Amino acid sequence: MNDMTPDGYTTEDGRKIGGVVMEMRNITLRFGGVVAIQDISFDIREGEIRAIIGPNGAGKSSMLNVISGFYHPQEGEVWYKGAKRPTMKPYEVARQGIARTFQNIALFEGMTVLDNVMTGRIRQMNAGLLSQAIWKGKAEREEVENREVVEKMIDFLEIQHIRKTPVGRLPYGLKKRVELARALAAEPSILLLDEPMAGMNVEEKEDMSRFILDVNDEFGTTIALIEHDMGVVMDLSDRVVVMDYGKKIGDGSPDEVRQNQAVIDAYLGVAHD
Amino acid sequence: MAQPSQATDGMDSVPALLQRNATRFGDEPAYREKEYGIWQCWTWAEAEKEIEALALGLINLGVNEGDFIAIIGRNRPHFYWSMVAAQSVGAIPVPLYQDAAADEMAYVMDHCGARFAIVQDQEQVDKLIEVQEGLHQLEHMIYVDPRGLRKYDHHKLHRYIDIQEQGRAAYYEWIEDLKARREKLTYDSVCVMLYTSGTTGKPKGVVLSNRNIIEASKSSSEFDKLTRDEEVLAYLPMAWVGDFIFSIGQAYWCGFCVNCPESPETMQTDLREIGPTYYFAPPRVFETQLTNVMIRMEDAGKLKKWLFDYFMAHARRVGPAILDGKPVGGMDRLKYALGNLFIYGPLKDTLGLGRVRVGYTAGEAIGPEIFDFYRSLGINLKQLYGQTEASVFITLQPDGEVRSDTVGVPAPGVEIRISDTGEVFYRGPGTFEYYYKNEESTKKTKDSEGWVATGDAGFFEDGSGHLRIIDRAKDVGKMADGQMFAPKYVENKLKFYPNILEAVVFGHQREQCTAFINIDLTAVGNWAERNNIGYASYQELAGNPRVLDMIQSHVEEVNRSLSDDPMLSHCQVHRFLVLHKELDADDGEMTRTRKVRRGVISEKFEDLLGALYDGSREIYTTTEVTYEDGRKGSISATLQIRDAAVVPVETAKVAAE
Repeated sequence: MNDMTPDGYTTEDGRKIGGVVMEMRNITLRFGGVVAIQDISFDIREGEIRAIIGPNGAGKSSMLNVISGFYHPQEGEVWYKGAKRPTMKPYEVARQGIARTFQNIALFEGMTVLDNVMTGRIRQMNAGLLSQAIWKGKAEREEVENREVVEKMIDFLEIQHIRKTPVGRLPYGLKKRVELARALAAEPSILLLDEPMAGMNVEEKEDMSRFILDVNDEFGTTIALIEHDMGVVMDLSDRVVVMDYGKKIGDGSPDEVRQNQAVIDAYLGVAHD
Repeated sequence: MAQPSQATDGMDSVPALLQRNATRFGDEPAYREKEYGIWQCWTWAEAEKEIEALALGLINLGVNEGDFIAIIGRNRPHFYWSMVAAQSVGAIPVPLYQDAAADEMAYVMDHCGARFAIVQDQEQVDKLIEVQEGLHQLEHMIYVDPRGLRKYDHHKLHRYIDIQEQGRAAYYEWIEDLKARREKLTYDSVCVMLYTSGTTGKPKGVVLSNRNIIEASKSSSEFDKLTRDEEVLAYLPMAWVGDFIFSIGQAYWCGFCVNCPESPETMQTDLREIGPTYYFAPPRVFETQLTNVMIRMEDAGKLKKWLFDYFMAHARRVGPAILDGKPVGGMDRLKYALGNLFIYGPLKDTLGLGRVRVGYTAGEAIGPEIFDFYRSLGINLKQLYGQTEASVFITLQPDGEVRSDTVGVPAPGVEIRISDTGEVFYRGPGTFEYYYKNEESTKKTKDSEGWVATGDAGFFEDGSGHLRIIDRAKDVGKMADGQMFAPKYVENKLKFYPNILEAVVFGHQREQCTAFINIDLTAVGNWAERNNIGYASYQELAGNPRVLDMIQSHVEEVNRSLSDDPMLSHCQVHRFLVLHKELDADDGEMTRTRKVRRGVISEKFEDLLGALYDGSREIYTTTEVTYEDGRKGSISATLQIRDAAVVPVETAKVAAE
């Protein structure tokens, strides 16, 4: 990167990108004999949209799972907000302000949209058992406060009309939006999106892209996303990491990555002798 | 002509009514809007403050008296305030349809030369920026929803609350000006300018004065005994005259509360929560609701279904009579009361119509079955006949004299005359002033004595004195043998079937009538699901032979019913096809208020029309379509053409002659 000053940079459309908020240093992840990620380093800056792309089996989801604390790399360090992160449980990572969505939607199917999004606020609700049971005092206060945040997200993602609908009854595109609402309800500083546009038609993809851009613009949320659809990635992201067979083969702005021969080979395929 | 020159109690403008309401019942709710899942409320006093702040802000921004301010957004209190704020500073509000494409918007913006626009969000801002080059007069845009707009150049772009804030800050600077401008308003000042979509040609700007709006609101409120306690849900397009009359005219005159839905999609839920007492909807909304009810009843258990059918049959028999206060036997009344307990009451509640005291439908003819369904439930649904040029009201149905085939008696203060050609003319206090910058059309529509041509053909029924509308006067044609051809009449009969969304009937200067038909995707889709018919798109379902069979049976039923009418028995549909795409305003095939544009359709589908008359069995066609964002594409299909059985009309013809 040519513009990697410690203070960040300004994008073409005038957004200010801050300093490094998260850094992967020489991450290696193995499952038995399989090397999922091999010695990868990259960083994520405050306020940017950072994409991780690569062909099937490149190790993208594994990388996201490392960031979210679900997998623990055998080698390498994760630095978050200027400090080395110790080995953490996923909920501890979430507490640090990192929220995520899943590739194959992980919502509570029997619960309403509202209740699902409310679960995104769990770590902000800590009233005692008794208070919860009689729903007085702290419990009531907390519910009101958190409901307000949740309602703002419901409004933001334009899902008011399904507020009281059980998630199981919703079509796929809307479920994806509900999942995003739940992640946003946690008011994360980093949002991890695992293939937010998988299985969507062109119109749904456009809607989702608009929401992602708006989230970044409106809340200043740093976003790291994995995506298959090259077109979408190139339009959305500020910087792109390209992975192939567990290795990093490219890193830079969409334009730089597009012209990178290793990336072209990985995507179009080359003859292996 | 009886035109009051003096307004009642000096209430000679909408801002004056606002002042009155804020003083007299300042603590009563004036506006509600659901936001973040909660109904937010503004009292009349609060609304007055909001409007004042905006008005001051507008003066501060440089709005002059006589300026036009375009208002583009969905029903939200902010936009109603914008209208009244614009009036308060002596400007003229021009509400526009927010789903209009950019070039449609450009025409209207250019025509009125709006210097300012108050718009909803990024979508509208983008549209205006797209066409801004051609709009030399447009200076400033004010938006309500800031989302996505932060990075835009804000030299000429302002946030709504910022304008209000600036207005409050400049209170002492401008308050005297504001008061002076408000006091200058009279009964003759322009209240609002509304563009009529028009089934032909470019939209026309209908200029309505304070007299028009206030007189129409006043007399119609008295006609239906509307009070301060009414609740209405504002969900119809703000650019439509009806919404202006209901949500501003009558609301300000009576002082009742206007409720705004959370989003267009939540309208049904919001309707239930508010439970309006005064409700207005075009026939389409009633049709959709009825279709949904019927679909859900199909899925209900046997007992429930039986109960529903049993009591609905009873309601159809005695319900309308009970509603009209006609004598009904004691047993029947008891049974109806039981039905109300088990079926009608809960159903009305689900529909959100449990508290409706006065309900209106207008704009199009409503199917008798649909109309009777609602009336039999005990909902006082009535019809009115009106247009933008009349400030809505031309005729109204009085309580107790409600029928599905007439549109009622002349509204208070309105005179009606039928010309020799059968066209309906009216004049009254609500009659519009003129078309903006279109003297020619004004002269053509409104004569020197104030009579306005409606363009509709109709007649007064003997005995009842109710007006009956047959068709658009210019649509009424002659068949090749010289007999009357009334397409709309036949189309309405077809559209009364839930499976048929739209129909366009041809026959002018032809030997026989034919039709294009659009199926209703909800109703037919549900039927398809039930019958294990798979389909991926509208086009595929529309081409399914079993769907065509079903539509054919509907067409043939219509033919049978037409054969009973001596005037129109020759208008039976001989051949028809189901179109491969839905008629759409974006493609120019319909107006924004969903009226079919015959000229455009017969030109665009010329090949199909030819096939209807040359006896072919099927035809291959390609059609250009416009997507919502303005891009174009094309779809092609092979369409089947069906012959429908007709009832021989020879005898009827003799009888007619």
